[in-house]
Amino acid sequence: MSTDLSTTYLGMTLKNPIVASAGPLTGNLDALRQLEDSGIAAVVLPSLFEEQIEHDEAQIDRLYQYQADSYAESLSYFPETENYSKGPQEYLDLIEEAKNALSVPVIASLNGHTPGGWTRYAQMLVDAGADALELNVYFVPTDCGMDSQDVEQRYVDLVASVRQSINIPLAVKIGSQFTSIPNIAYRLMTVGADGLVLFNRFLEPDLDLETLEIIPDLVLSQPYEVRLPLRWIAILRDQLQCSLAATSGIHHAADVSRVLLVGADVAMLTTALLKKGPRHVETILTELSSWLSENEYVSVDQLKGSMSRANCPDPSALERANYMKALTTYTKEYWYP
Amino acid sequence: MSNHRFSTVDGNEAAALIAHSTNEVIAIYPITPASPMGEYCDTWSSFGRRNIYGTVPEVIEMQSEAGAAGAVHGALQAGALSTTFTASQGLLLMIPNMFKIAGELTPTVFHVSARTVATHALSIFGDHSDVMAVRSTGWAMLAGNSVQEAHDFALISQSATFQSRVPFLHFFDGFRTSHEVNKIEIISDEHIRAMQDNRFVQEHRDRAMDPDRPVLRGSAQNPDVFFQAREACNPFYLAVPNIVQETMDRFAKLTGRQYHLFDYVGAEDANHVIVMMGSGAGAVEEAVQSLSAQGKKVGLLKVRLYRPFDRSAFLAALPATVERIAVLDRTKEPGSLGEPLYQDVLTAFYETQGSNGSVHRKLPRIIGGRYGLSSKEFTPAMVVSIYEELAKETPKQHFTVGIRDDVTNLSLSWDPESMQESEDVKRAVFYGLGSDGTVGASKNSVKIIGENTAMYAQGYFVYDSKKAGSVTVSHLRFSPRPINSTYLIEDANFVACHQFNFLEKMDVLQIAGPNATFLLNSPFKPEEVWSKLPSSVQRQIIDKGLKFHVIDALQVANETGMGGRINTVMQTCFFALADILPREQAIEQIKKAIRKTYGRRGEQVLERNFAAVDAALAALHEVQVPDMKIDDIPVELVLNGSSHSTFVERVTSALLAGRGELLPVSALPVDGTFPTGTAKLEKRSIATEIPIWDPSICIDCGLCSLVCPHAAIRVKVFAEDTIASAPNGYLSKAWRDKEQPEHLMTIQVAPDDCTGCGVCVDVCPAKSKEVARHKAINMESKDEHLERERANFDFFLEIEQSDRTQLKIDSVKGSQLLEPLFEFSGACAGCGETPYLKLMSQMFGDRALIGNATGCSSIYGGNLPTTPWTTNSQGRGPTWNNSLFEDNAEFGLGLRLAIDAKHEYANFLLAACADQLNPDLVTALSASHKTDEKELQEQRGRVVELRKQLANLDLPAAKTLSAIADVLVRRSVWIVGGDGWAYDIGFGGLDHVLTTGRDVNILVLDTGVYSNTGGQASKSTPRAAVAKFASSGKQSRRKDLGMLAVSYGNVYVAQIAMGANPAQTIRAFAEAESYPGPSLILAYSHCIAHGINMTTSMTHQKDAVQSAFWPLYRYDPREARADGQPFHLDSRAPRMTFRDFAMQEARFGMLARSNPEEADRLFKLTQQDINDQWHYYEQMAGIERTMSE
Repeated sequence: MSTDLSTTYLGMTLKNPIVASAGPLTGNLDALRQLEDSGIAAVVLPSLFEEQIEHDEAQIDRLYQYQADSYAESLSYFPETENYSKGPQEYLDLIEEAKNALSVPVIASLNGHTPGGWTRYAQMLVDAGADALELNVYFVPTDCGMDSQDVEQRYVDLVASVRQSINIPLAVKIGSQFTSIPNIAYRLMTVGADGLVLFNRFLEPDLDLETLEIIPDLVLSQPYEVRLPLRWIAILRDQLQCSLAATSGIHHAADVSRVLLVGADVAMLTTALLKKGPRHVETILTELSSWLSENEYVSVDQLKGSMSRANCPDPSALERANYMKALTTYTKEYWYP
Repeated sequence: MSNHRFSTVDGNEAAALIAHSTNEVIAIYPITPASPMGEYCDTWSSFGRRNIYGTVPEVIEMQSEAGAAGAVHGALQAGALSTTFTASQGLLLMIPNMFKIAGELTPTVFHVSARTVATHALSIFGDHSDVMAVRSTGWAMLAGNSVQEAHDFALISQSATFQSRVPFLHFFDGFRTSHEVNKIEIISDEHIRAMQDNRFVQEHRDRAMDPDRPVLRGSAQNPDVFFQAREACNPFYLAVPNIVQETMDRFAKLTGRQYHLFDYVGAEDANHVIVMMGSGAGAVEEAVQSLSAQGKKVGLLKVRLYRPFDRSAFLAALPATVERIAVLDRTKEPGSLGEPLYQDVLTAFYETQGSNGSVHRKLPRIIGGRYGLSSKEFTPAMVVSIYEELAKETPKQHFTVGIRDDVTNLSLSWDPESMQESEDVKRAVFYGLGSDGTVGASKNSVKIIGENTAMYAQGYFVYDSKKAGSVTVSHLRFSPRPINSTYLIEDANFVACHQFNFLEKMDVLQIAGPNATFLLNSPFKPEEVWSKLPSSVQRQIIDKGLKFHVIDALQVANETGMGGRINTVMQTCFFALADILPREQAIEQIKKAIRKTYGRRGEQVLERNFAAVDAALAALHEVQVPDMKIDDIPVELVLNGSSHSTFVERVTSALLAGRGELLPVSALPVDGTFPTGTAKLEKRSIATEIPIWDPSICIDCGLCSLVCPHAAIRVKVFAEDTIASAPNGYLSKAWRDKEQPEHLMTIQVAPDDCTGCGVCVDVCPAKSKEVARHKAINMESKDEHLERERANFDFFLEIEQSDRTQLKIDSVKGSQLLEPLFEFSGACAGCGETPYLKLMSQMFGDRALIGNATGCSSIYGGNLPTTPWTTNSQGRGPTWNNSLFEDNAEFGLGLRLAIDAKHEYANFLLAACADQLNPDLVTALSASHKTDEKELQEQRGRVVELRKQLANLDLPAAKTLSAIADVLVRRSVWIVGGDGWAYDIGFGGLDHVLTTGRDVNILVLDTGVYSNTGGQASKSTPRAAVAKFASSGKQSRRKDLGMLAVSYGNVYVAQIAMGANPAQTIRAFAEAESYPGPSLILAYSHCIAHGINMTTSMTHQKDAVQSAFWPLYRYDPREARADGQPFHLDSRAPRMTFRDFAMQEARFGMLARSNPEEADRLFKLTQQDINDQWHYYEQMAGIERTMSE
């Protein structure tokens, strides 16, 4: 008898726990089709960035207005085009196309910038047919006057406002840099998040020594990074009643098993799919099934959370002791040859 | 009757609407002021808009107007319905084809926005010199006097041409009508169809060249039959007037607007009548109505169908009582007995004398006058003076009006107060900056009122001759009746000043009438603003009893995310104060208009505009004008500078002060010759931030000075003791050069001449070790530095220039120690062309002759009031002329031929005097061919010595030689223009000049578009770029002009990009100039039409080169000798994809947004083009050539 891979995420039944995370691959219709063919259970489309839309709109507006109506011989410099992609239309089209092309759930992702923008665009994504919405909250406080309560309140308020404006499942993707992750996770759930996606990877820019310029740089995840969601999902699983998705550093079937064991409902992949292509989903699913069979699990449900903080044999290993132990091991191995 | 659909459009759109609806093939070429007609049609076709026959007209851009006319001729011959649009020189280029089209009795309409033909100067403005120059071509000519008539007559022409088979020139006045926005009634498609008789259209198609029914047309004929054949068309011309009148009658039945071949207005028993055509009729009609109401027996006859001239209809239209006629021509024919319409009227009367049909028993006294040349104002007050002249016992037989002619005394004087506009016409004038959006908002206001109320609305806009920091003045009228006031407002009841600093620069309130409303955008609060006003403004507010309101529009705009665009805020205030619409309704309509105008720009743009509307009224405050009297203090004269000639004092200063209108004929040069070196007098001070030097970081590289488009940042090196008398705060640092030890250097900004573009700061490579963003120059608030930098710059100018012979002028550093002889042009801030011209002027300007093709460079180079071309302390500098657009290479060749001829003559005379001169001197003088600065200076010294020796000789040859001896110093001939000229309209000539082997230097300022006329595609436009006439992305690859020239073998060719490789740029200039044959430099010039950030434009050029979009190379024929490899590839293999480069520019990015699939296709093709070209150039870099001598 084959193992039952199905899982529940944001109230949706998924055929397995492998979800394609928001990334360049999920913005391409061909890649989305290949992902589905390879067995992906759901896809999260790339984030719609409100700031980018604002920036683009402003740029185009400036383009048409720059030097316009200034000089008698050249009252404009660009031909008017009847239709150009602006604002979220391209993204809304992608949702519609993805919905038409795929049978698995399509989750839209939104990175807002203004309070009004979050709710307005959320509604647009719902109208375009998204099965669920993932809020990609990415806020970098730069002002010493802003304390952690202010920051957290922003998160809570915006999730509450989006929740009130839409009626489809809502996930919130947050970063790990909170003083108390359990507390913020709980508050977000309380104001209406159906699930949490842990964690957003902050893409820190780099510095070019030659030009002394700050440059944006995308660094793909490394396998060790799975340990961050691993720990926190284990800690949160028993305290929260919402879905939990693990993301960051999930490259192999073994990583999937790990995050499921600590209590994730789904495992989200980006880097592995970018590196190995959509077909990698097949490999993971095959390996996951084998591992489950070999270890005599009958279903993913059975596996899920069996190693959560409450269920694991040594909860303290998830806490401070983990650090101590790792450090000791590290020095033992390398410091003394 | 019509369903009365009103719209507010300009004359160009009014005519283009009909042209697009009734044609299948539209061949176009950009020329001001007709370009918008082609652009409208191109846009509509790209949107898929169909003509009345159900097809989308094909719009094709040609290489010149001659090409457009040829294409139309061909299209007509093959049976298509075809048209074109043009003006001025463009129309002249069409003349040969116009003769052919008429000779073949081919129906078509050319729509012309009539513009001045260049004579002593180019003018983009309106008169009839172009249309009058084609009256012998055999075309019918129909004149529209207004925006409505430009619409109506376009259709009447279109209809009549098919019935008559005679081609029609439908013309209306450039700018005054072509660019005036007015509320007109739009003709429905149904009526357009009803006006096109398909029988005649089918007959045209049946006459088409068709191999199934072959004919021969365009034969060559001999003296035996040509003459008879030419006369064979007579019946067709005889039939035209009746056909046109019938067409007008048919049109009247459909639309209710009745026209006649000649329309008379005024007293039925008038004895004094003006005869004219064109927009000026609007001013005359207003005067006639006013004078008639006073019982004066005056009238106006508007000529509609000028050719064929129907004598009978003309005479019949005039009152039988007419005794005196003034015929007005908006053109000048020097040497004639009178201008064309005047002569036609005389002929019409003479020919009818004694014939039975004449109702005018006595020949009236007929006089002729010129008015309105180059859009010179023509007002009802001037019309009064014409009627007064007619009433004199002996009126002037020939006169001018609108100017003061104190040379031949032909002008009539007029009293501006003699006519007032109707009280129920609201008149509003808005002073703004091009960049603050005033014109756009004013056009919207006209539309709001025109399209949402029963009122009529008119807008006319006056622009600056500068592209950076340009001032606009919008004249708006609102009236219960159709508005035919074809002149600027002189007595406004609403004046808005959108920039506070204008109050210091111009007399904004001169135009305000008594009790008018004055709205000022003021950074000062209502309670403090009064004390900040110039006294002259205070005085006018009190004297005229103005209602004074202020708003800090910039603050409102900033708070609502509008940045510097204050237009929406000011427009809202206008509606709030002008009392034309109820306030709430006005606001609703403003928002509707905003949605219509900016809707496609996205929600955010709309929201910001709406927020600006909502916030505006709260910030609008009335100012309590103090009850006081103050002394009259005149507006300060703009002119600055210390040493200017009498001409400059008399003429240039008047132009700068906006008083050019007042200059009499005697003040102006008779042949268009002006002094150079005048831009420095302007001190426009338009920057808000200027570059400030930090010598502690500077590495003396000179890049900032090199790239400055306005020569507003400069370098000098000087001995230490020079700065003993420097003002406090003058900065200098040690000059790092072992050739000049113990010298100092200064990098100095010209604070009042800088446009604040920031390009210098962007390229500065020197960064502070402590604060990385702090460079050796930094943009800082001008106000904080102005006083000190003014003093510094004045001192800097006094420092002696470095000795040219001691400099390594073909290096970046060395070249920037040369004095720029091109400075402070009115080009756009951050212009990509002007740095090359400035560099050329530094390297060769003291001996340069420049032939400049029409375009941006001729505008910022030679548009009055001033010129950036200037002289050095010896009075030497570039001498400059602009012949035409199409002939510049030939013109420049002519300059070279003249120099060579003069040089040969000088050598001949030298030989003739040789035996009485120092033999060594003679030998050295004639042997001097080198181009280095030392040799040039020595040769100049020899010429001085020669003159000394010649002065002692009593030979005629000696005097002549003395007069021309300067030519013995090598001259540098530069042929300058843009890619529109070099690749398209002037290519034939350019190609020919390259083959002559003559020593000319051709500099192509290659922006890849027609920049001056607003970004139309040229053959230099790269594939995939969006441009006007290529709105779906240019389909074909950029023409490789450089390689065409290389193929000749003996042409020096360089492709350069200053921002990518300044050293290669300077080297190319030096090599091109020193090469004693033809040289061609293709200079990558960024442009606002690329849609880029102009501040980072120079560094962006690096990407153009790194992607091999613009490879750098030099081909030097001097190395094509004995196994040499003359082709040098100066840039490296592509290190960046085309897409990565392209997506930084809106010209490519827009395509990716509007049509991503097409962008993908074209981007891939362009990448292939680049790869192929690079591969080709790499092979070229290895080739060996051996050119014969």
